[in-house]
Amino acid sequence: MSTLLLGMSVVLVIAMIVTALVAISERRLSIAILSAGLVSLIASVLFLLLAAPDVAMTEAAIGSALTTFLFFFVLGRVRGESDD
Amino acid sequence: MIATIAIAAGFGLILIGLYGALTNRNMLRMIVAFTVANTGVNLVLVAVGHMFGRTAPILDSVVPVSEAASRIIDPVPQALVLTAIVIGLGVTALMLAYVYRLYQTKHTLDIAKYSELKW
Amino acid sequence: MIKRFTVLLLLAGLATIFVSLALGYVPDSSLNYSALYYADNTVSDTGAANIVTAIIVTYRGLDTLGEVTVLFLTAAIVGLVLKRGAKAGKGKPMLASGELLCTGSGLLVPLILLLGVYVFVNGHLTPGGGFQGGAILASGIMLVLLTNPMRHFSHRLIAVIESVSGLAFITVGILGIILAAGFLDNSLLPKGTLGELFSAGTIPVVYSFIGLKVGAEFSSMLVNLSETEGS
Repeated sequence: MSTLLLGMSVVLVIAMIVTALVAISERRLSIAILSAGLVSLIASVLFLLLAAPDVAMTEAAIGSALTTFLFFFVLGRVRGESDD
Repeated sequence: MIATIAIAAGFGLILIGLYGALTNRNMLRMIVAFTVANTGVNLVLVAVGHMFGRTAPILDSVVPVSEAASRIIDPVPQALVLTAIVIGLGVTALMLAYVYRLYQTKHTLDIAKYSELKW
Repeated sequence: MIKRFTVLLLLAGLATIFVSLALGYVPDSSLNYSALYYADNTVSDTGAANIVTAIIVTYRGLDTLGEVTVLFLTAAIVGLVLKRGAKAGKGKPMLASGELLCTGSGLLVPLILLLGVYVFVNGHLTPGGGFQGGAILASGIMLVLLTNPMRHFSHRLIAVIESVSGLAFITVGILGIILAAGFLDNSLLPKGTLGELFSAGTIPVVYSFIGLKVGAEFSSMLVNLSETEGS
């Protein structure tokens, strides 16, 4: 049982690092914002594996949902240059 | 064991977020990198409080009060991280509002173009 | 080129510090002194089953007051920075939302609001509490905003809910000074038995006010951002 949890956590950590690298280096800004939301979601599952259910709920609701909402609102208003 | 993996992951996220915030020139990309680094810091804080073989600090029929001291993990880092996540969202919202107002003055998101404060 | 090299040098220095910290980390084998106190005495002091909630609302209630103040400042500054200027009526004409979104949101928004209220009312028994419930309430308001972007939200109602909840939170704290042992003390209301809804003193009352205030603040931030005009 605990080796299953250990294997799950290793897979989730590798996925999180890859998604974070996508979030800072992707050309298109909307994909970068969605990747940051996905990093928060995987971190929420990791919080649950670390026996912290309150923190997992907070991170899923605030870090994953509300932050992505805020980013897409501002991105929609700023339809200008997206250099670098 | 899982705590060490999570601490390493959190430190990796902090380094990736800092690199993104220092290297990009688009202001929205800098805020996205800052969000990633914020998630990394919270992950390190919660992973420090984890102990092997124990469960969450909530008392019910499975974990009665009499054996609580030997079966639950440290509740204080979780209380700290709850506050930190909410305030991280507040700071992100403020940064986004400022970016929007800055964009309205010069219509560019490149931070090198805003040079009024340079010597 | 020089700049990127300097950044990589700085990150390499940080990485050596982090690696030395991570390798030298030994997990604890038993609870430390303050955690042992919280594990043994939470039920007899406060009557709450969720130890993290008891810490946030009673043992470290002053920190929660500080956090609520910071959130209030954030919502006020976002409202000030994004105030609705003289550019009304300049936006692009919006397409009508699809029928799937309208019907789905009509069914889902009451359920989401109910879930948010359930989460913060039961904060002392199960994982949850005011901040999680407030974020779920704000997500429900967000769904209404997505369905009908032209809908006029009453800023006055959101401001009234937020101010009344904040004032009620402070009033419960000051009543603790007058009637019980100190600011934000728990024993204004009876402790009850462990696991009941009406137990743990003033924790459900205080957390409900915090949940409403946090939900109102996040909603006001979202509504302010959605009412700005495209430029």
